[in-house]
Parts: sequence; structure tokens; C-alpha cells
Amino acid sequence: MIPAPFDYAAPRTIDQALAALAEGGEGTKPLAGGQSLIPVLKLRLGSAERLLDLGRIPELRAIRADGDPLVFGAAATHAAIEDSAAVRAACPLFSEVAGRIGDRQIRNRGTLGGSLAHADPAADWPAAVLALEAVLVARGPGKVARSIAAREFFRGLMSTALAPGELLVEVRVRRPGAGGTAYQKVRQSASGFAIAGVAVVLEYGADRVCKRAGVGVTGVADRPYAALAVEKALTGRRLDEATLAAAAALVVEGVKDPLSDLHASGEYRLHLARVHGERALRRAAGLAPA
Amino acid sequence: MSAAREPYVGRRVKRTEDPRLIRGLAHYVDDLRFADLLHVSIVRSMYAHARIVSLDLAAARSAAGVVDVVTVEDLDRARIGDVPCAASMAGMKTPAHRPLARGKVRFVGEPVAAIVATSAYAARDAVDLVSFEFDPLDAAVDLEKALAPGSPLVHEELGTNKAFEWSVASGDLDAVFKSAAKVLTQRIVHQRLIPCPMEPRGCVAQYLPGERQLTLWTSTQIPHLVRTALAAVLGLAENRVRVVAPEVGGGFGAKLNFYAEEILLSVLAMRLGPRPVKWIATRREDFAATIHGRGQLGMIEGAADAEGRLLGIRYRSIQDLGAYPQLLAPAIPTLTGLMLPGCYKVGAMRMDLTGVYTNKMSTDAYRGAGRPEATYQIERLIDLVADELKLDPVEVRRRNFPAASEFPFKTASGLTYDSGDYRRAMDKALALAGYEKLRAEQQSARLEGRLLGVGVSSYVEICALGPSAALAAGGWESATVRIEPSGKVTVLTGASPHGQGQETSFAQLAADFLGTDLDDVIVKHGDTAEVQYGIGTFGSRATAVGGTALWHALGRVVEKAKRLAAHLLGAASAEAVGFEGGVFVANGKTLTLAELATAAHHAKSLPEGFEPGLQATYAFEPKNFTFPFGTHVCVVEVDRNTGDVRIVRYVAVDDCGRVLNPLLVDGQVHGGIVQALGQALFEEAVYDEGGQLVTGTFMDYALPRAHDCPRFETDRTETPTDVNPLGVKGVGEAGTIGATPAIVNAVVDALEPFGVRHVDMPLRPEKIWRLIQAGGKA
Repeated sequence: MIPAPFDYAAPRTIDQALAALAEGGEGTKPLAGGQSLIPVLKLRLGSAERLLDLGRIPELRAIRADGDPLVFGAAATHAAIEDSAAVRAACPLFSEVAGRIGDRQIRNRGTLGGSLAHADPAADWPAAVLALEAVLVARGPGKVARSIAAREFFRGLMSTALAPGELLVEVRVRRPGAGGTAYQKVRQSASGFAIAGVAVVLEYGADRVCKRAGVGVTGVADRPYAALAVEKALTGRRLDEATLAAAAALVVEGVKDPLSDLHASGEYRLHLARVHGERALRRAAGLAPA
Repeated sequence: MSAAREPYVGRRVKRTEDPRLIRGLAHYVDDLRFADLLHVSIVRSMYAHARIVSLDLAAARSAAGVVDVVTVEDLDRARIGDVPCAASMAGMKTPAHRPLARGKVRFVGEPVAAIVATSAYAARDAVDLVSFEFDPLDAAVDLEKALAPGSPLVHEELGTNKAFEWSVASGDLDAVFKSAAKVLTQRIVHQRLIPCPMEPRGCVAQYLPGERQLTLWTSTQIPHLVRTALAAVLGLAENRVRVVAPEVGGGFGAKLNFYAEEILLSVLAMRLGPRPVKWIATRREDFAATIHGRGQLGMIEGAADAEGRLLGIRYRSIQDLGAYPQLLAPAIPTLTGLMLPGCYKVGAMRMDLTGVYTNKMSTDAYRGAGRPEATYQIERLIDLVADELKLDPVEVRRRNFPAASEFPFKTASGLTYDSGDYRRAMDKALALAGYEKLRAEQQSARLEGRLLGVGVSSYVEICALGPSAALAAGGWESATVRIEPSGKVTVLTGASPHGQGQETSFAQLAADFLGTDLDDVIVKHGDTAEVQYGIGTFGSRATAVGGTALWHALGRVVEKAKRLAAHLLGAASAEAVGFEGGVFVANGKTLTLAELATAAHHAKSLPEGFEPGLQATYAFEPKNFTFPFGTHVCVVEVDRNTGDVRIVRYVAVDDCGRVLNPLLVDGQVHGGIVQALGQALFEEAVYDEGGQLVTGTFMDYALPRAHDCPRFETDRTETPTDVNPLGVKGVGEAGTIGATPAIVNAVVDALEPFGVRHVDMPLRPEKIWRLIQAGGKA
């Protein structure tokens, strides 16, 4: 499969990339891991005048997991995140989500920032950044970086808060407190994308009272979302079986028009989100599988 | 060379093909290098059904790098023939199948024009410069609707979408159904599948005008048959056409065919020769325009007595042929009819088959080719009988098997099963699985609310295709054994292995026969200029038919060698010469094979009338098919909350006759089961109502992955056949044939508490979840 002709540029710094983006305008498309963009180009479902390869910018690939917040360069690959012992120790949810994306070949190429900026409604990372209330850092033509709360980032079907000419450069994740996390995902059997994916962060102490709950849901609606009703039903409550079950029932609250395709109807997706939402909550709360 | 070494045959000899494949050193069509190569991109229909109003190629013709553009008018002018169908049925309505569409397009992906350019990029870019005007028509997609009055017609000139009707029957079916204690009926869908060999189709063609010689390198399973067909379509003398199948990265039947692109590339080569032209299918093209498999819709009815003995089977089915009948398409579902009785003694049967044209890609042979449908149906039916009579499905099978003493066994469909001991294979599988214990586990799991299911499938299949009477172009196979002057052995087989491993197993046979090392033997295939005429590799035939041809050729060459040895060693006759471990012995004197081969070629002292050289050719004509069999046991657990199916255990006991290389047999069994698992759980070629291929890429068409597969527990029984002197039956398709019903029977068994009797494949979790919902609390 052969894409239509395009130019190619490989800047070495973020500033160079921003300049090239400003100069090129709409026909210039940033290329991260290429796991979505390249197939689109090869199938000629889309085209680009110029590809701006972000893969040669060292500062975009860095992972700093020793501090708080954890800081991920937008071009950090899924595999680099999956393999990082420091990330596993500091934020196991990120490790788990990274390891559930596609297959290893995809994870070797695909990037955190590429996935977030592409905003596929069934991608895995959005569930994690929503649950963790991560901060997404964008840079535009000026020198000043702009912080966007993950919960403000996803605006619709493959649409984000990034403005034209802006690049997502960094993802900042607050180190979760004591408690547990989990990601439950039903894979579409062909693509490996989520038919339903629920990421959960529960912070609680020995008394099992939930200090903070974060729940991100992907694959179900036209955009990934935070399940606010679930979070509300858990925060300040003791994490017992009944509370978790009642909260899980709220995972898809407010979803009016669920995604529906050959692989799963809307009704089934909603059902799966509730079932796997409960499984994720139980795991994060340290309860045995139901 | 060592006289004392263990025979190679019967050992787990590692495939000699693998080092080059694993290290990327093999040469597939796309790896061949040519000077001055031109590249072809094909303009294809985006419509399932549309009249071509106009096609403007001017911009494409004048694009940079474009060398030539052809449409059907160019083919007509050059008197290029149609894409042929070799299997014609009595009274079949056969449409003209032009290699490029004329007047109408009839499926998404149908070739409309071909563009040749100096690079693959330029050729592909020029495709986007073609402007079409199409007048879209309603499409015939659904099989039953396509047969109904008023359906859009795929080929108006035929006046109907019905291509043919075919029946096979025996016994007094009406009487049997009237007297039966139970009659069971089930509608069964054998969904369309996309074969997806790892290497897509592709070819390079070159015509040398001086030599008047056309060569086509193509990824095929049947180079000799392609050559014959290609010469006929092009109007060339067959001896001026050479077809080469280089390394072929899997076929599964998809390359047991003769395609429009093979004709097109040859036509282009003849227009542009001596410059070679190349086309490699993109994966998307391979999805849309390489044959699909299965595509049958059936209604099965079984009549049983009160003890679960099957008295009669009635099967009405519709075969989806797609838009055009490809090479063998109409014959494939007739194999379903022939194998309909399965492993069972059935008094009466009838199959009524209707072939129908639809606005979809053609179907044709896909691993199993008509037999998976037969096995799936009869094995589902047996379980339905068991369910109805509250009998153990294993017991119902046992009651209907013919005894080992009844072989050769004549079936209700008119076949003669060569040899078999179905009970022994089943008992072995049940013992390996621990069947009784599994049933107990199932009971306790149900008490805990877990849905465990155990599925059994006993299959018999038809292999070693086949006697020539049964195949349009003949069913024999050829082999040549050439002992080179140095004593090295070259085997030329008319079969065309493409993953089966016969370069290894045939070398094992030859090395044992001739007492050489394995490494002294080379097995060549696939090039019609190098290898004598042969039929090819399909229908699990290459070892049973081609291997037997080799065995006979080896016998001939040794016979000849002994005559020369007798002469050189001063023995009275060839019979007085011993031959063991590669050494000829007579009169207390010895000659090695190499010494003898040198003498045969230098020809200084030969017996009276002895032809110099040392080689022999044999063409083997089998007297019957072979009928491998076995029993598979599958254990599944269904997640009652989501409908997910997890295969917990998979046990397979297969009997493919004598085994030349257990490693190769295990590989075929594993691969076959995985392919069946794909059909059972994931795979389905979905066309929407408008005839668009919804599952057009791997983003929507799911092949099974390693993590979907359980560890396979395999074993064998070995019942030889007398159809060939090797006693081998064939194993290339067994897993695909035996495994789908085992998996589906297991899932249906798991869902028994919800009153589920049948689920159509693929067993998508949502489908199962809905059945659980509908079945209520259990």
C-alpha cells in the first residue's frame, strides 16, 4: 500500500518542530509513532503535504518517574513506559495500560502523546490520563507552555483541545497515593482497540475509606470520559462489595449514544463497561474477583 | 553415508526449509530482482454493482512515469480469453468472466483497468487520476434474497442468479423420515472466510520477443495447471510459456486458482516485452480480490431412532459463488455432499445444492474446501440427537460408527472409505482428555454457576485428491529421481509445496531408499521449465499421491542401478545384487551409489541396451481417495457475564495413516486447529447490504493470535491405507475440518442450562451474551 506523495522533515528540537508547523500550516501533519497516521496515509483515507517526524527530538522521549508529578515526554513509546521499573513502582496503572495496547510491535513504535492527540475513542491511554487526572502540556508558536487538564482535553470524536499549530509535548501525572489501580479492557478481536476499557485509581488507607477515586472510560462513547458519578459514589465511602457494585452501575451514566459496530452493539458496550468497571473497581480495591 | 544409521522416515526431522525462511533468505515473488522492471497498479471497482458509464484514462496515461494503460477493449482486441472455471456442473449457467470488467462491475475490488509505470509509486498515483462515471445498481448480497424473484441480477444475460442445481441421494429417505422416532432440523450458516496467507498474491511476467517465450513468476499452488490455462487464455503455444512458483508464503487454497491478474500481467508483458512487469497485491487487494472460503447456508435434517441411531440425513444448501465462478468453485460444495454422512452408518441421505451468484468476491477452495461444512453439520446434528434423547454425545457417536471390521466401508454418498477405526481414535482422545472426569467437573462447575462445556467432534475427511476421474485436469502426480554423476540426488516433484514441508519429508524418503544422507538430496518443485508436468499441492494430496510417485520413481532408479551394478560387479542378474546403505553388493564386491552414478554417466562399460545416465520418472494414479479421521475434544469456559469464550483444553487424536515425519504432522494439526479456531470464534467476511466489504482490513477481520490458542494435546492412531504403498493418507486439512465442531459443540454444551441448541459461527461474545440473557437465570 502506497501513500500519496508527501514531504518529510525531522526536526531535532521542539522549537524547530513548532516553527515548521507554523510555517507549513494545515498540510503539515506531526508524525509520532505513526501507528494510526501511516495506515491512514497508505489507505489514502487521508493525505499530508508534509510529515513532521517528532521521533528525533530527544526531549520529547524522556520519562522522569522519580519525582512528583511523573513527567512523560509526549513521544515516549508505549514499550518504554511498559518496561520502566520506575514507572511500575510509582504509577502501576500507567504500566498496566501501556502493556495492554495492541501488540509489542505496535508498542515499540506507538507513543503516549500520539495516542492522546489522535484521540481515537477506543484508545487505551485516554482512560488512564482521565482516571489519574493528568495534566497535558501543549506548546504553540510562542515560548509559553499551556497546561490542559486531561478532563478538558477530549472534545469529541477524534477531537481535542489542541489548537492548530500546537504540539502536545508532555504528560504530567500526579503520583497516586496509597490504594490501588486497575485497567480492565475488552479487546476488539481484530484491532486490539478497546470495546470497553475502564481505568480506575482508588486512594484509600487501612480504614478502606476512599479518599479519592478516579475512573476513566474508553471505547464506549464518541470520546473517552471520566465517570464522575462513580467517583462521587465512592469518595468518602468505605470500599465494600455493595458500594463498589452500586458505583459500577454508574460507569456509563450519561452516555446517550454509545459506539456501535460489527464487533459490539451500543447496548453490549454499555453492559461490558459496567461489568468490567466493577471488575476494575474490585481489583483496585483489593477484593477478589466476583 | 552410514549403513547403520536409523531411517529418517518416522523421525522428527526438522524442516530443511526453515533456516532460509526464518533468516529472511527465501525468495518470494517480491524478492526476485529484475532489470528494467515495470510496476503495475490495478484500478478496481469501489462499487458492488454498477454500470460503467465512462472511464477517462487520459490523465493517467499522461502522468509522469506511466508507460501503458489497458482496459477490457485492449484484451478484446488481443483476443484474450476469459478467466476460466474448470469445474462445470450439468446445466450450469456460466457468465463471461473477463479479466477486466466490461460494461458492469459486479463486486467491490473487481479489476477495471491496469496501469503500468516505471515505479510502483507512479503506478499507484496514476490510479487516483482515473475518473469514472458509474451508475450504481442494487446489489445481490444475501443468498436467499438473491434467489428470490425480483432480485438484482449479477449477470442479466443469464436471466437468474441461480448458477446450478446439484443433488446426491441414496436410500428411501421419505420412508426413513416417516418411520423415525426423532427428526431434528437446524439451519446452519457456514460463514464466508478470508484466507489471509501471510504472503499475498503477486506475480512478475516477462516476454522475450526474440525467443517468443513468456515467463510468469506467480505465487501459486499449481504452476503446471496455471501454465496450461494461461497458454489457452493467451492463445500461446504451451511450450512457449513457463510458470514458476518461487517460495510461496502459504496458500490455504486461495492460490489453488487462476486469477485475472495472472492473465493481465502476462498480457502486459507481451505488450511491453522484454521489460518485465510486476504486481504484488496489497493486503487490502488480497482481502477484496483473492477468493474467499466457505459461504454456504444450509438446512440440515436428521432422522434418528429412539436409541440415537442415525437413519437418514437431508441437507438443502445454497453455495455463495460470488460474482464469477472461479477455478473450482462449483465443485467445492459437492465435497460437502459426498462427506455428509461423516463417520457414520447412515441408511439414506440426500443433498440438494443450489449455486448462486452474488455481488461479492468469488468463493472457492479454502483449507478443508467443502469438508469442514460436512463435518460441522453432521457433528452438530449428532449433538442435537444426543441432546434430544438425553444421551451422552459420545455414546451416540459410538452407536453410529462402523466397526473397524467393516472397512473398506461404503458410504451412503457412494464413497468407499479405505480404512478406519473410529472407535479407537475416539477412545484414545477421550482417555487423553479424561472425559468422565471432565463431565464430573462440569457438573460441579455448574453448581458454582460457572459455564464449563465439553465438545467432541469425530471427523473423517477425503484426502489425497484424487483419482483422475474426479478431477478436471487429472488427479495423478509425478516425480523424477535423478542421481547426478557425483551421486548427489535431485528429486523433482510435480507437487508444489508452499509450507507443507515436503522438501524435508521427500528428502527423508529418498535418503532412506538410496542410503544417502538427508543433505545429499535436494527436492525441486514449482518451475515448469525444470520439473516434469504435475498437478500441484492441494486437497492434502502431495505426500499421498506425489510421495507415492516418488517412491515408485526411487524403485525404478534402484532397479536400473542394480542392472548396471550386476554388469560391473559380474553378477548374473540384477536380482543377484544387494543394495543397502547406499552400497551395491555382489560377488563379494561393492560399489557405492556415487561410483555407480559416475559409471552410468561416463558410460564406458554399460550392459547391452542400457541407457546412459541414472534417472527415472514415475506418474502415480491413485485408485481411490484416502480418508483420514480422528476425534477432537474441546473444553471451554464461557463467562456468563460477558459471553467470552475461553478454550481451557484442546485434545486431538488424528489418524492420517503412516507418518513420515511426526514434526510435520504435528505442525499441520496445530495450524489446522488454529485456523478452525479462527472460524469458530472470530472470522467472518462481512459484506453490508450494499455489497461493501466491511471486514476489509485486519482492523476488522480477526485472525486468531497466539494468545487465543490453548496448548494443544495431540496424539495419534495409525491405521494404514492400501490406496498407496506408503500407507499415508494426508493431514494438511484435518485440523481445520475436525476442530470447528468440537469448539462449537463445547460452547453449545456450556450454554445448555440456558436451553441453547445451536449457535452460528463466529461465536462472537455478544451473540453468546444475548443467548444467556434470553435463556434467563439458570
